[in-house]
Amino acid sequence: MYRRVSILMRKHFVSVLVLCVAMIASMSVQAADPGKGKALFQQNCASCHNVHKKVTGPALKGVEERWSDKKLLHQWIHNSGSVIASGDPYAVNLFNEYSKQAMPAFPSFSDEDIDNILAYIADEATKGGATTTTDAGGQTGAGTTGAGEEGGNNSLLFGIITLILAVVALILMQINSSLNKLAADKDGVATPEPVPFYKNKAYIALVILLLFIVGGYYTINGAIGLGRQKDYMPEQPIFYSHKVHAGINQINCLYCHAGAEKSKHAMIPSENICMNCHKTISEYSGKYELFTAEGKKVNGTAEIQKLYDAVGWDKNSQKYTKPGKPIEWTKIHNLPDHVYFNHSQHVVAGKQQCQTCHGAITKMDEVHQFAELSMGWCVNCHRTTKVQFADNKYYSIFEEFHKQVKEGKIDSVTVEMVGGTECQKCHY
Amino acid sequence: MEQKKYWKGLEELHNTKEHQEIVNNEFREDLPFEESESLLNATTPRRDFLKYLGFTTAAATIAASCETPVKKAIPYVNKPEEITPGVPNYYASTYAVDGEVLPVVVKTREGRPIKVDGNDLSSVTGSASTARVQGSVLSLYDSARLRFPTINGAETTWAELDKQVAAALAGLGSAPIVLLTSTIVSPSTKKVIAGFQAKYPGFRHVTYDAVSYSGMLLANEASYGKRALPVYHFENAKTVVSLGADFLGTWLNPVEYSKQYGTNRKIDAKKPEMSKHFHFESMMSVTGANADERYTHKPSETGAIALALLSAVGGAVSKPAIADKRLADGIEKAAKALRDSQGKALVVSGSNDVNVQIIVNAINNQIGANGNTIDWASTVSYRQGIDSDMAQLVNDLNAGSVGALFVYGVNPAYDYYDAAKFISGVKQAKLTVTFNDRKDETSELFKYAAPAHHYLESWGDVEGRTGYFSFIQPTIAPLFKTRAFESTLLAWSGNATSWEDFLKNEWITKLGSQEAWDKALQDGIIEPAQAPALGGASFAGDVAAAAAKINSAKKGGKLELVLYEKVAIGNGKEANNPWLQEMPDPITRATWDNYAVISNTLAKTFHTELGDDYEINNDRTVLKIKANGKELSLPLLILPGIHPEVVAIAVGYGRNNNAGKAAAGVGKNAYPFVSYNGQTFDYFAPEATVEKTSEVAQIGVTQTHNSYEGRPIVKETTLEEFLKNPKEVNEDRKELEKYGKDFRTDGTLYPDIHHYQGIKWGMSIDLNTCFGCGACTIACQAENNVSVVGKEQVIKAHEMHWLRIDRYFSGDENNPEVVFQPMLCQHCDNAPCENVCPVAATNHSSEGINQMAYNRCIGTRYCANNCPYKVRRFNWRDWNGADSFENNLYDVAGMNDSLTRMVLNPDVVVRSRGVMEKCSFCVQRLQDAKLTAKKAGRPMKDGEAKTACQVACAADAIVFGNINDKESRIAKLRNEEQTDRLYYVLEETHTLPSVNYLAKIRNKAAEPKAKAHGEEAHHEEAAKHEA
Repeated sequence: MYRRVSILMRKHFVSVLVLCVAMIASMSVQAADPGKGKALFQQNCASCHNVHKKVTGPALKGVEERWSDKKLLHQWIHNSGSVIASGDPYAVNLFNEYSKQAMPAFPSFSDEDIDNILAYIADEATKGGATTTTDAGGQTGAGTTGAGEEGGNNSLLFGIITLILAVVALILMQINSSLNKLAADKDGVATPEPVPFYKNKAYIALVILLLFIVGGYYTINGAIGLGRQKDYMPEQPIFYSHKVHAGINQINCLYCHAGAEKSKHAMIPSENICMNCHKTISEYSGKYELFTAEGKKVNGTAEIQKLYDAVGWDKNSQKYTKPGKPIEWTKIHNLPDHVYFNHSQHVVAGKQQCQTCHGAITKMDEVHQFAELSMGWCVNCHRTTKVQFADNKYYSIFEEFHKQVKEGKIDSVTVEMVGGTECQKCHY
Repeated sequence: MEQKKYWKGLEELHNTKEHQEIVNNEFREDLPFEESESLLNATTPRRDFLKYLGFTTAAATIAASCETPVKKAIPYVNKPEEITPGVPNYYASTYAVDGEVLPVVVKTREGRPIKVDGNDLSSVTGSASTARVQGSVLSLYDSARLRFPTINGAETTWAELDKQVAAALAGLGSAPIVLLTSTIVSPSTKKVIAGFQAKYPGFRHVTYDAVSYSGMLLANEASYGKRALPVYHFENAKTVVSLGADFLGTWLNPVEYSKQYGTNRKIDAKKPEMSKHFHFESMMSVTGANADERYTHKPSETGAIALALLSAVGGAVSKPAIADKRLADGIEKAAKALRDSQGKALVVSGSNDVNVQIIVNAINNQIGANGNTIDWASTVSYRQGIDSDMAQLVNDLNAGSVGALFVYGVNPAYDYYDAAKFISGVKQAKLTVTFNDRKDETSELFKYAAPAHHYLESWGDVEGRTGYFSFIQPTIAPLFKTRAFESTLLAWSGNATSWEDFLKNEWITKLGSQEAWDKALQDGIIEPAQAPALGGASFAGDVAAAAAKINSAKKGGKLELVLYEKVAIGNGKEANNPWLQEMPDPITRATWDNYAVISNTLAKTFHTELGDDYEINNDRTVLKIKANGKELSLPLLILPGIHPEVVAIAVGYGRNNNAGKAAAGVGKNAYPFVSYNGQTFDYFAPEATVEKTSEVAQIGVTQTHNSYEGRPIVKETTLEEFLKNPKEVNEDRKELEKYGKDFRTDGTLYPDIHHYQGIKWGMSIDLNTCFGCGACTIACQAENNVSVVGKEQVIKAHEMHWLRIDRYFSGDENNPEVVFQPMLCQHCDNAPCENVCPVAATNHSSEGINQMAYNRCIGTRYCANNCPYKVRRFNWRDWNGADSFENNLYDVAGMNDSLTRMVLNPDVVVRSRGVMEKCSFCVQRLQDAKLTAKKAGRPMKDGEAKTACQVACAADAIVFGNINDKESRIAKLRNEEQTDRLYYVLEETHTLPSVNYLAKIRNKAAEPKAKAHGEEAHHEEAAKHEA
């Protein structure tokens, strides 16, 4: 079950992150409207719509052209039911085409919001979408791979050079002692028969000491690593690709892992969440081909069928025909019982991105454990991460820090400074 | 003020040699190695050493195995909308067992109840609870519950049971059906019963209370024409006189009374007054221990005392002779206080004798209690059983004139005074059906068992007080194939409506809409918008007749017996609750047992060896007690403060094996000592004999554990002295000024004292309003997964309670005064435990919490040795299965079967063997409150973070909060309101505790100052012993 994936993934994570940040930054510079629209789109629309592809709902590229009247489109988004009721032929067709699944109403959107979303869609449509992102990802991946291999070669090289130098030094020392002996012989000074180096007690002691240090180092490191599961990538009952869902189709993480905002558990989504979309998406028709870590090709449609088998859905009759069974996923991120970890604290109060701890999840087909999840890893982050000191009024009680910030003595407050590295913040 | 001497028991009072020995040992026993000559002289050859070393290393490696287990994450198929895994849901419900009514809020996690607390919307009981209410969540997961309906003990289906019972009911002919229940407080359940009666006209409903209040009900009928119990208002009473009514511990609805009584026991500079409480009793009760003046008497004298009191307050009765001078003076004193607070006084009595209660009613009438401290306009439904009905039923059963007998929530085969007669009667009935939750002493006699739900699985409504409704709603789907009692009855009366719908229809009709019903369920209560005005009543009792009957009653013998209920176990119905069994009794500090409680004076008459050291010795002499023609052998327990001519035994013990693992074989059944006087049950015997036997038995008493070795840790004064000079009680704190202006920074060589910004947690405990009931101990146990260790381990002083309530005596050995002091980790800012931990497993947080990292602890126990408060608990065993090795598990009373483990709080880790643990200030609750505020982006509000003990306390003795928040209750209390009474335990040692106490004030005249009975006396006596 324990399959190692390329450690390189995490090595080029930083560069990917930089790239993402750069992309987001460039986007927000381009235009204000699509920027706002993107946020709205991802929160509200992305779970059913993609700009370029038909998913639960239609592909939205060119949506404005398809509707005869922009007003009607606005009305559709506000409350699709009312448009269908009005008998607009396009709307009725659309409704029927998507097996009479009405789009949820969004009465809270202002017209400006909708325009922002439409602007984002138009913007995305011109970019060409997912293909470019994957390409970019692939390229950066390749780039860092090279760098990573070089790093490996270097240490080997250094090792070899050290070894050669050591042998040379040994030979030189032997020569030196031989010459000394010759010199002494020449001078007629009697010297004892030289001891071969492998019988020399000084050498033996040195080697034993070295072995002890090196062996101890690896033993201790190995012992510390016991029970840690970094890069753990078990085979799951269903080949669920985060890359396809969260990456290519850009479904918001919180759509499925809703607990991350509310609870200590992020929550493995219940099957009814899967079925929100998969009632209509019964086959995998993406251009991106799925492979297991071993390189075996995966049939996406067959994997969706496994979900249907579990929940008892018959895709032909579009009905639940059998009682559902839960899917037994293999848990990847395991914390010991004596650790209290709360997702909502990190996501809501700490405003952390999922990727900080889970890695480039949008690029993983099969998820592996990105971070070490060791105490040292937690604590190091708590030492450097800044809390939302100015924005979150909870921290108003730390008057002294506020004063120091004002006086310019400190520029920010880290988690550690408000007690985030104390035992009983996580162990109770 | 001179320092009074406080003692936990006679061994400490007399500072015996054994006492000195045990206080010197923090840990009772030696290490578990057998120390033998051969072992000490043995040599270990180098080769052996290497062999063992090699073997153990290899064995540990193999046993540890480097394979990481594969865990599964299994989501819901269709997640219920209201459940978010990891986030608790709260449901309002009501604890209504045996007439004790308490609206509660149940905390559930992932659909399973894990904690029960009072419902703070209730104006009667608020968020407070009792130990039994706290423990009721564990009873839900009781593995001894019946899991399916049975016929003759064999599993059956409900359909089959219904069919057979229907046939049997049809075949009864004219033979009457009797339903025997404990007090039913639900109006809708009563309607269901009435519906059943309509179908079967020969039907009769008999109410039977294991511990009866019949005497009161009948006396009230005779005095006021109402067979009911009034609403008491202790909060309006300036003088309270109790004739043996343990209203803070076991009498009727103690939470309600503790709350009321507590308001008049709070005292501060702005309100320097408190109520005055006189108590007359035989055994020492929790209430008696809290009284300002307490007098003891023999149980046969109860009537005489009531008469004397009536005569002294001006009633038209002749005064009976009271031989005991102290007692007679006490009655006079109490009467004077009652007269002085006319209209603001209250007398209550725990007697079950109609005549005594009529006299008590007459006293209350005389002192103007009716309409002021006793409300007759509303009544309470807490107890409804009439003893003569039950006696009649047993006679009918034996006469064969009962066709069918149904029992629900009663266990007469165990707790009826003449159980044998009841059992023989049951055999005469043609149809027997039990609705009890387990195959108890009664149920095992019955053919059909139709087990009812636990209350946490049920629907229902409750009317505890007239017009004050509360509701019961399920917090979990039924764990077993049980069915609500009402559903069964509805089905058998041919009503197709389900109980849930029946209840809903009732209430929607009453409230008008579904929305109103939903709201009522959500709140859990419906109360009158405005508290109804108190109503009086005109007394029409025949005092002369009652007095005559009292005077002609049988006079007591040389030795008398009294039966009492323990705060935790009560009448014994919840005996199979390990939490309650292990809760030290507030007075005797004993766990897991009942025993014969006697005074030291009496104990000394049995044997010369008995005496002061007896407290330390775990082997107690067994006494054979005879009364009412019955006999029982029980170990003796010496209690200062019990009347010297009285033996007291707790009821509720001695359940049989079917009651469950925890209850089985614990103690002996004392109910056979109850007698029936033709009208009501008497819970005492005027004549008893006690014989010493050669047997010994062990009792798990925690009294001698965690000794303070006579260091002054309690402060108290009298109201008179306090009014004269409020500063006097803390005079010794002036000593600290010697060290400088601020003891905190100047009293140490290490000036680097913790400095807190943001939050600094602090707790205050008011010794005046801590009544010692123990609700906090069990609340803490439920919240923090505190382990149950069992009697055997309690004897070894291994009990694990994070919060204990120390009971101290002071003064006269025969009439001692009592102080209760809750003791928990003090979270010292200069903590002695932190300095000695070699691995820094215990250290200080930036919020002032002395934190304990269990996984860092290596179990040296240095910290416990160095803790002056003795609040650290060591896991001597693997109580919870937290170890890697399964065989290490030490399971007590089935606490570790997979059903019972559902009660564990998932936010708190269970501790493994070999680590130290202690109070964490409920850090999981504090973290949760902080997180809620953080997520909302606002500062935390005062009162958002509450500890479990604080919530459970009926009298609001515990205040907790952030002392850095100047507007918080705790900060105001420390800085403004209670500066005079505030002190820290062992403050002079510069431990800088985060918990402060408020000195106890007794409402009595100042005592003549005696010479301090302090350390010098100690040494003298120690010297004597050595000589």
